Amino acid sequence: MEGVFTQTLVSGLLMGFIYALIAVGLTMIFGMMDIVNFAHGDYLMVAMYFAYWFFVLFGMDPLQSLPLVTLLLFGLGIITYYILIKPIINAPMLSQIFVTFGVLILLRGLAQFFWKADYRMIPQTWLSGNINFFDVYIGIPQLTAAGGAILCNGLILWFLKKTRLGMALEAVSEDKEAARLMGINSDRMFALAWGIGIATVGVAGSLLTSFYYVFPEVGANFGLVAFVVVALGGFGSVAGAFIAGIIVGLVEVLGGYLIAPSLKFMFVLILYLAVVFIRPQGLMGKK
Amino acid sequence: MKKSLWVFVLFVGALAALPLVFHDPFPRHLLIMVMLYATMSIGWNIIGGYTGQVSFGNAAFFGVGAYTTAVLLINYGITPWVGMLAGCVLSVGLAIIVGYPCFRLQGHYFAIATIAVGEIMLVIFTNWDYVGAAVGIYIPILEESFINFEFHSSKIPYYYIVLAMLLFAIAVSYAIEKSRLGYYLRAIKDDPDGARSLGIDIQRYKLIAFSISAVLTSICGTFYAQYVLYIHPSSTMDLMMSIQLCIIVLIGGIGKLFGPVVGAFVFIPLTELTRVYLGSEGQGIDMIIYSLLIIVLAIARPQGLWALFKKGER
Repeated sequence: MEGVFTQTLVSGLLMGFIYALIAVGLTMIFGMMDIVNFAHGDYLMVAMYFAYWFFVLFGMDPLQSLPLVTLLLFGLGIITYYILIKPIINAPMLSQIFVTFGVLILLRGLAQFFWKADYRMIPQTWLSGNINFFDVYIGIPQLTAAGGAILCNGLILWFLKKTRLGMALEAVSEDKEAARLMGINSDRMFALAWGIGIATVGVAGSLLTSFYYVFPEVGANFGLVAFVVVALGGFGSVAGAFIAGIIVGLVEVLGGYLIAPSLKFMFVLILYLAVVFIRPQGLMGKK
Repeated sequence: MKKSLWVFVLFVGALAALPLVFHDPFPRHLLIMVMLYATMSIGWNIIGGYTGQVSFGNAAFFGVGAYTTAVLLINYGITPWVGMLAGCVLSVGLAIIVGYPCFRLQGHYFAIATIAVGEIMLVIFTNWDYVGAAVGIYIPILEESFINFEFHSSKIPYYYIVLAMLLFAIAVSYAIEKSRLGYYLRAIKDDPDGARSLGIDIQRYKLIAFSISAVLTSICGTFYAQYVLYIHPSSTMDLMMSIQLCIIVLIGGIGKLFGPVVGAFVFIPLTELTRVYLGSEGQGIDMIIYSLLIIVLAIARPQGLWALFKKGER
């Protein structure tokens, strides 16, 4: 019994790192321009289909296609910003919600059209298999994905805190006017935030494809989990999202283990409600 | 004013006469779905349009209406009409329980909280054996009669029942627009701080608006259960359904009396016809078309299609 418990904790922890990576992109975009990207999970779905496509068409392993998928998603983020987000950046919140919701439905519609509603999976990847670590079985794809997510999160934090471009990005998110007076082009920074924010789900999607089914609705739950992580970590806080991702991963598996697996998603949502009612600024958010 | 009243009378008259023109079941079914969604969208418009609180959880009220009716009928033999009332009572209870904490949240936080509540309801009903869990409930086939709310030989009775529901919803919405409540709700939407400083109890009026919204959605749930005679969690309380209500209102014109009606007449035929004519080949095409419509509308014409008819209101 104890073995099962440890096993559960480990799998929750590993998933938590991926949740964190997905949420980091969401929270960056939110912190920058106060726009919630409701389609975030669906960009993840697109990334997973790209990885799947590279496998089917060119026989590329998801690990091989990861840089390509990330680059494609980066471009997609920039395009999304210039075509759809820029026109509504000062529009009422309702218009902003509907535009990103429109993107959500558009991406799901395109996925259904191109790939139908079937569940697809890459049968054999470089990473298939398990390792046995003190009687706890850990899937190699899951372990790699968690490692990749940690690495990617670290890179983003380093980029934001240590590079000139990253600091400019942070400056715009803190005070648009002041940043403009310092000669920072906020428009370009917004575009960059969308690029990086969507590129993170490119990485996450590629990593997930090694062990997760792809279907048009796959982004729905991941997107919702990302909201929960962002709310828990504090809207706009990258470091908060990292910690919150781990907590959400653990809450999900523990709820499933202790009460009922089919209800595990409910505990994640209850966590969201508890956070916004009790501590609306999240763990590390600004008030 | 007089002119728009005539247009409305003409519109209702045409709707009432249409089943006499269309004898095939499909156009009748299509119009029934249009009116059902128009009624629900009017309900959404009261909380989302007039009051400005974007709810992505309204499908929960539809589910409560449908499930209450079905459970009361199967386990206690209670007529769906009483079930409809009971569904309304439970939906209002849910609206107050959910609204009370959630209405303290602003903007996105509120919208996401309503998604969370809706999804929690979906998970509960999918795992709750008493209400058939994921399989759902088949409503027993009873003798055809008004009191049983079942009609098998023709869709006509269903047609006129849903037409009556739509007129009821329009009347409720009109009464709100013209009453003090309507002014309060719009004040809450446009300037909550100003409304508060004028002594408007914001929390209370949001709850009233949400409760009315819940009732109008819940009666549609009852109707759906009796019309389709089979309900399951994802057909009655799916997030996509809540989203569709917002989309219909946005397409028609948000915060406008007839916005939801116009929206439903555009949106429902679009989705139903693409589904019928393109079949599985065209899977997703309806979503692509209406998502583009929403994006373009949200960017270029946030006032919706209704503004095309009412030139003065631009």
